[in-house]
Amino acid sequence: MANPLKGEVIRLYKNLLYLGREYPKGSVYFRERLKSAFMKNKDVTDPEQIKKLVARGEFVIKELEALYFLRKYRAIKKRYYEPEE
Amino acid sequence: MSGRVLVGVKRVIDYAVKIRVKPDNSGVVTDGVKHSMNPFCEIAVEEAVKLKEKKLIKEVVAVSCGPQQSQETIRTALAMGADRGIHVEVAGKDYETLGPLQVSKIMAALAKKEDAQLIILGKQAIDDDCNQTGQMTAALLDWPQGTFASEVSLDGDKVKVVREIDGGLETIKISTPAVLTADLRLNTPRYATLPNIMKAKKKKIANVKPADLGVDLTSRLEVLKVEEPPQRQAGVKVETVEDLVGKLKETGRI
Repeated sequence: MANPLKGEVIRLYKNLLYLGREYPKGSVYFRERLKSAFMKNKDVTDPEQIKKLVARGEFVIKELEALYFLRKYRAIKKRYYEPEE
Repeated sequence: MSGRVLVGVKRVIDYAVKIRVKPDNSGVVTDGVKHSMNPFCEIAVEEAVKLKEKKLIKEVVAVSCGPQQSQETIRTALAMGADRGIHVEVAGKDYETLGPLQVSKIMAALAKKEDAQLIILGKQAIDDDCNQTGQMTAALLDWPQGTFASEVSLDGDKVKVVREIDGGLETIKISTPAVLTADLRLNTPRYATLPNIMKAKKKKIANVKPADLGVDLTSRLEVLKVEEPPQRQAGVKVETVEDLVGKLKETGRI
């Protein structure tokens, strides 16, 4: 793996792993899929390709944050507010 | 004005966890159960941090009352952008009886000590659903209050608050110092990601005891019993409309 990008990839993995603790299907499910997704690309050497994959990982982080927020918002709204007609 | 905002954050059982009542009906099971910051407190922290980002206030101080684990909740607030934290250590029996009255006494004492311009709290905690701490704190300090805030704007030494009330929305203008409580639609709290948590490790959390603030934690309430809500009765399926009418007559509904 290209050296300067190795740090970025590991950082991305750690960030995703941290986010996965709250995954609705469980952190174990998330970790298994996260690991296999990263291992699938472990032989990529082209820095451009790696950057693209890291960007996709960052996108997944944003998607997870949105998922968690919506899930929480909807649950709280359902529990505390009258249904809008 | 000091430009300092106190934000109260409470460590509660995570909103997504299925609550179980203890077999002796004395409370709910908390051991080994996932805890996190009360969702309305997250909204309160986000609002304070937003005010700081707009340069309308200078410092956000996150406060939590409880045992050692409350520090995790303060760390989350720091990761969201609070500048420093204050952990008011309350443990054991005192923590079991800790309620809005005691917390509001603590917040009032801290507000005076820290010369706070604003106190922002969540409107209620999802574990006790009291919806009292903000109001009590304002009363103890004799400060105006903007509760159920769905929109907050600072204008000099005044605060414009749009409140969510049963009839719709109410807009009030109150002067600072004031207490605000955050409602669901006030903002979208940012997620405390790992890099933010790491950066927040450098921020300080001060340790304070209620006695240092001259606060008496004696509770005037005693929990007698905690029960599960009644089980939903299973529905009955009928084959025809005649059967339905028959059943309704049977149970005295018509």
